[in-house]
Amino acid sequence: MACNTAVLPARIGANSVNNTEEKAPQLYAAREPIFPRDVKGKFRTFKWALLIVSLGIYYLSPWIRWDRGPNLPDQAILIDLAGRRFYFFMIEIWPHEFYFIAGLLIMAGLGLFLFTSALGRVWCGYTCPQTIWTDLFILTERWIEGDRNARVRLWKSKWDLKKWRLRLFKWFVWLLIGVGTGGAWVFYFADAPTLAVDLVTLNAPAVAYITIAVATVTTVLFGGFAREQICIYMCPWPRIQAAMMDEETLTVGYREWRGEPRGKPRKNDTEEKGDCIDCMACVNVCPTGIDIREGQQLECITCALCIDACDEIMERIGKPRGLIDYLALSDEPAEREGVPPRAIWQHALRPRTIMYTVLWAVVGLGLVVALFIRPDIDMTVSPIRNPTFVTLSDGTIRNTYDVRLRNKHGDDRAFDISVGADSGLTLLLEGQEVNSVVVPANETLLQRVYVTAPKGSAPATSDRTEFRLWVEDEIGDERVNTDTVFNGREK
Amino acid sequence: MSKKPTEVKDDEVETTGHVWDGIEEYNNPLPRWWLWTLYATIIWAIGYTIAYPAWPMINGATPGVLGWSSRGDVAAEIVAVDEANAEIESRLAAADLTAISDDTELNTYAINAGAAIFQTWCAQCHGSGAAGAKGYPNLLDDDWLWGGDIQSIHYTISHGVRNEDDEDARFSEMPAFGDDFLEPEQIDQVVHYVLKLSGQESDAVKAGAGAEVFAENCISCHAEDGKGDRDQGAPNLTDAIWLYGGDEETIRETVTLARYGVMPEWATRLSESDINAVATYIHQLGGGE
Repeated sequence: MACNTAVLPARIGANSVNNTEEKAPQLYAAREPIFPRDVKGKFRTFKWALLIVSLGIYYLSPWIRWDRGPNLPDQAILIDLAGRRFYFFMIEIWPHEFYFIAGLLIMAGLGLFLFTSALGRVWCGYTCPQTIWTDLFILTERWIEGDRNARVRLWKSKWDLKKWRLRLFKWFVWLLIGVGTGGAWVFYFADAPTLAVDLVTLNAPAVAYITIAVATVTTVLFGGFAREQICIYMCPWPRIQAAMMDEETLTVGYREWRGEPRGKPRKNDTEEKGDCIDCMACVNVCPTGIDIREGQQLECITCALCIDACDEIMERIGKPRGLIDYLALSDEPAEREGVPPRAIWQHALRPRTIMYTVLWAVVGLGLVVALFIRPDIDMTVSPIRNPTFVTLSDGTIRNTYDVRLRNKHGDDRAFDISVGADSGLTLLLEGQEVNSVVVPANETLLQRVYVTAPKGSAPATSDRTEFRLWVEDEIGDERVNTDTVFNGREK
Repeated sequence: MSKKPTEVKDDEVETTGHVWDGIEEYNNPLPRWWLWTLYATIIWAIGYTIAYPAWPMINGATPGVLGWSSRGDVAAEIVAVDEANAEIESRLAAADLTAISDDTELNTYAINAGAAIFQTWCAQCHGSGAAGAKGYPNLLDDDWLWGGDIQSIHYTISHGVRNEDDEDARFSEMPAFGDDFLEPEQIDQVVHYVLKLSGQESDAVKAGAGAEVFAENCISCHAEDGKGDRDQGAPNLTDAIWLYGGDEETIRETVTLARYGVMPEWATRLSESDINAVATYIHQLGGGE
């Protein structure tokens, strides 16, 4: 194709000022303010309960204590960045066990796939922190400024004293929530009671204050001001979710066949109207400001508040509930014929969801097994290669190894190091009288180990001999081993 | 693209006037933000060349009004590190050598500092792994010419070996027995005796005769049993370790021409704490006594 720039669309800003035919497209669309109305119903009640539980977990769990002995922190959930440890109740993760975190992330991913293919964006609508905190911010907004109509009026009114007073008070409460959110975050990284005192007495490290400040600003910005913009413009999940959903997925939808043609009932109606009275209740409660009657769309976080709102109206006008409901696309043709929709479990139990569940369970089971079989003592062995061996005066050949010993116990332990008895090798620890070394509680220790082979023996005269180093915890009676190599002088 | 490309009128934006295979290029003005950024960087650059070293002159660059230099930065960092280490350095300098290993903190510091000093000053001859080379002793094994306890190591480092700049240096000299001392036949005999001493294959007749030669010429340094003498730095000839090599040819070369390995003194170049550190490091490499 001939590439002539003259036929390409004009670039933004390349229009001349006297060109009135076409306006340059704007890259920025101003936010349409949304004033979600309060709503009551089973989903709203469930979501309030979920909000209390999840925020409760977030704010309170750093304060749970867990006794691990005198040398270890007694905080149940603690991310000790300086000590490179992660504590979760009886579980302690060291940096070399990071695969547990990777496994948990894989499980989280598979869980998200499972729930999305079965229930659509249930994560977005119920448990996403953005949704939870936005709910909290809208709740405080409603307490201070009133419900939807009052808020719309206030928004339209001039900036008089009353508006300033309400706005400043609201922002102040938001700021408090933000500080609380950021404040709770830092408690996961240090001993909570100590840090709390340090924070108040201004003795906490600067990074704690900076973290709180950043978390405060982002919380207020995201939950208070950006709200649905985060979901619509910033979050990748709405884009990905389409790949996870199919016609069996239960998602919030509008029974078009029942509702249309919509319209307010009038006395002199000549033609039959649908159940939808076009009261806009579903639109007014929507936190992302969409009309669910237009079908499934990217902005919908399936918060289900429109179901509650519509059910309330249907009850009032004496029509059956469920004009807006959790629906699967595959049910629609049957429902049009008057056949009731299939049961939820019939939608949820599909090869796809079963596969996700199995994968999720396999990873989870693997992690649990790994958790139980991992030893409390551990070692890594790195042979010193410069030089590979040393000849001693009596002709024996010596190899040197840097052995890193890990003691995950809460007390000091003596570790016995040995080589297999039939290897013909003898072992010596640098700086130790016996082949035993004390490793401090919850720490690693680097011990240089000398291994010698008698003059003329097989290991001394062959290039490579594999052998096994053993470490035994004297108290715990636990043994671990590592295979390594002995280098000799090849004849 | 579902949209139909918009037809652009020819007179809207000028083109550069060039045509390549029918392709023309718009001569759009630069975006204003871009232009201002360019001007801002130019102003910044001028300010920068005044404040910091920038313009090359005959004898170096202009110094800049802030007086900053990268060498100055490094010097300040070195001073800061020295200040931070001053306390433990003075402890190390005053420490009793044999007591260092009892003080975990001092011992760890000495070993790490010693390793760094070793890599800087000693690795050239003794190797980065301290395994030595032909003529340069291996510091990992249990064989020491002048003694392997920490005091002896410290003395050797401080004064050197066969070092004519330091009268306290370790000193001994093996004569070149090829220079009129011994006949080639006698040398051959004593070589076989040394081979026998160290448990290697040897000619029994020659070795028998060599024992006599050895007793007459060598035992003053290497001792009657051939196990050497540390006071004179005379190597043990019965063990498996050879500084220059233990095969027949190399031993013949050593007896005929002699050896004269030297090591400089470090007391004039390294501080007392540095020598203590490197002695501690060497002593714990696996051969220390």
